[in-house]
Amino acid sequence: MSRTSSSPSERFFSRPWIQASLPWVFPVFVLAAWQVSSQAGWLSTRVLPEPWAVVKAFWALTVSGEIWTHVATSTWRALVGFAIGGGLGLALGLLTGTFRSAETLLDSTLQMIRNIPALALIPLVILWFGIDETAKLFLVALGVFFPVYLNTFHGIRSVDKGLIEMARSYGLSGWPLYRQVILPGAMASILVGVRFSLGLMWVLLIVAETISAQAGIGYMTMNAREFLQTDVVLVGILLYALLGKLADVAAKGLERWWLRWHPGYQPQPKT
Amino acid sequence: MSQQDLQIQGGTVAACAPVQGRSEPVARAPATHRPHGAAVDASGIVKRYGDRDVLQNVDLRIEPGEFVSIVGRSGCGKSTLLRLLAGLETATSGRISLDGDDAQLHRQDIRIMFQDARLLPWKRVLDNVALGLPGAEGRERAAEALAQVGLADRAKEWPAVLSGGQRQRVALARALVHAPRLLLLDEPLGALDALTRIEMHRLIESLWQRHGFTALLVTHDVAESVALADRVVLIEDHRIALDQRVDLPRPRHRNPAFAAYEEQILNRVLQQPEGEVAPDWVPETTAAHALRWAV
Repeated sequence: MSRTSSSPSERFFSRPWIQASLPWVFPVFVLAAWQVSSQAGWLSTRVLPEPWAVVKAFWALTVSGEIWTHVATSTWRALVGFAIGGGLGLALGLLTGTFRSAETLLDSTLQMIRNIPALALIPLVILWFGIDETAKLFLVALGVFFPVYLNTFHGIRSVDKGLIEMARSYGLSGWPLYRQVILPGAMASILVGVRFSLGLMWVLLIVAETISAQAGIGYMTMNAREFLQTDVVLVGILLYALLGKLADVAAKGLERWWLRWHPGYQPQPKT
Repeated sequence: MSQQDLQIQGGTVAACAPVQGRSEPVARAPATHRPHGAAVDASGIVKRYGDRDVLQNVDLRIEPGEFVSIVGRSGCGKSTLLRLLAGLETATSGRISLDGDDAQLHRQDIRIMFQDARLLPWKRVLDNVALGLPGAEGRERAAEALAQVGLADRAKEWPAVLSGGQRQRVALARALVHAPRLLLLDEPLGALDALTRIEMHRLIESLWQRHGFTALLVTHDVAESVALADRVVLIEDHRIALDQRVDLPRPRHRNPAFAAYEEQILNRVLQQPEGEVAPDWVPETTAAHALRWAV
């Protein structure tokens, strides 16, 4: 058999629908094995509920409307925390990146704080803010602050000096120079920080919500744990995965829009 | 390509007609009372970095509307002189004036074209040309300038998709849209291939003839300076070593008279023993029919 002609099995695997479904073969197999072993009683429902039970729990929570309150509460916390922390990180990053004096004044302090894990502050945060919303927002804001801050600072500092020199010699200075040259030049780096922060945002929120809360996905899973509802716990975990993925898709969308000039983000020309 | 070529040549012909006397230095005074090009006078220019002299007591006068080219080996200080004129750096001592005033007061009359095009990658071609111009009128003028360099149809593109020659043409349009009275060219064609360079020579020459600005070109290509300049200035050992007028009719062709100028200047450049300035310099050996020297 010559090397150029493909064997029947190769031809079979090169069909588009086969190509598209191949990545799902393994997950479906795992799900099936899981379902079978739960039904046969090999797997205790206290360890893992059967997949079908998770689907049913999800449906029950959706129908009762309970899930939406929790998702809305968690999303609100995540976004407000992100807005505060990310906004401050952006503002301070722009400040220290632009002005040397601000860097000397603030940067080493910020670097010291950065090395404290945000979660190590939980006892202190509870003492300061009690267990209400402020504590959760504070933790999220603190956690997302640093990726945005560091990447903004780095982005501003690594803007091509030649472009700034050119823009100055073409009469740009002050805010126009900042808006048209420095900020867009730093944007790629800033967005890396934003994307990183969006991932961190959910991690911190999960921890914050499991400490103490009256609503939210974390509260729902902790509550379900008390009543040994492993299916609801799994629904919570899957929700976090879904929301994390959504945040990542949103960040990618931002990159595609703001960096659309960048060759790396342009659609490949059809040849 | 061929369409752009036609446009360029058309521009040359149209622009050439009223200024036939350009080849004669005496008859090149413009017809209007106030010439568009600026008179440049740099006197006693010294530039020092630490204890290293880059320029020692350089005097350079350029007539309004004149095209002057500065050649020299790498590291001789020719680019520094250009950057001083552009106001990107300040001289250790000496005076640079435009039409008799301090050049710093005329920053908006001076535009520079860099070796790398320095287009803002996040602005479309038209917005790059309109940089520093306000509003819709600025964009209109930018579109006009783009048409003059033959790139009107690329206005909506990102700079990343343009070729090196096209990027430099956009940079040229961006400089011209400000109607500069002194255009500084810092080896703008150094990174382009030979054919694109010849095309760019024609384009720059025709635009210079049409707009009448004063032009100062820094290059290490002697043939390029003979092709474009009224005067070729050689900088050697941090000072001006040669100031050679090129009396050839435009548009210039590579005929024996052209070759004679090129050889004369080149011989003068090569006289200088290679010192510490450019220790790794090796003469380029090229085919005789495409004689292009790099210094």
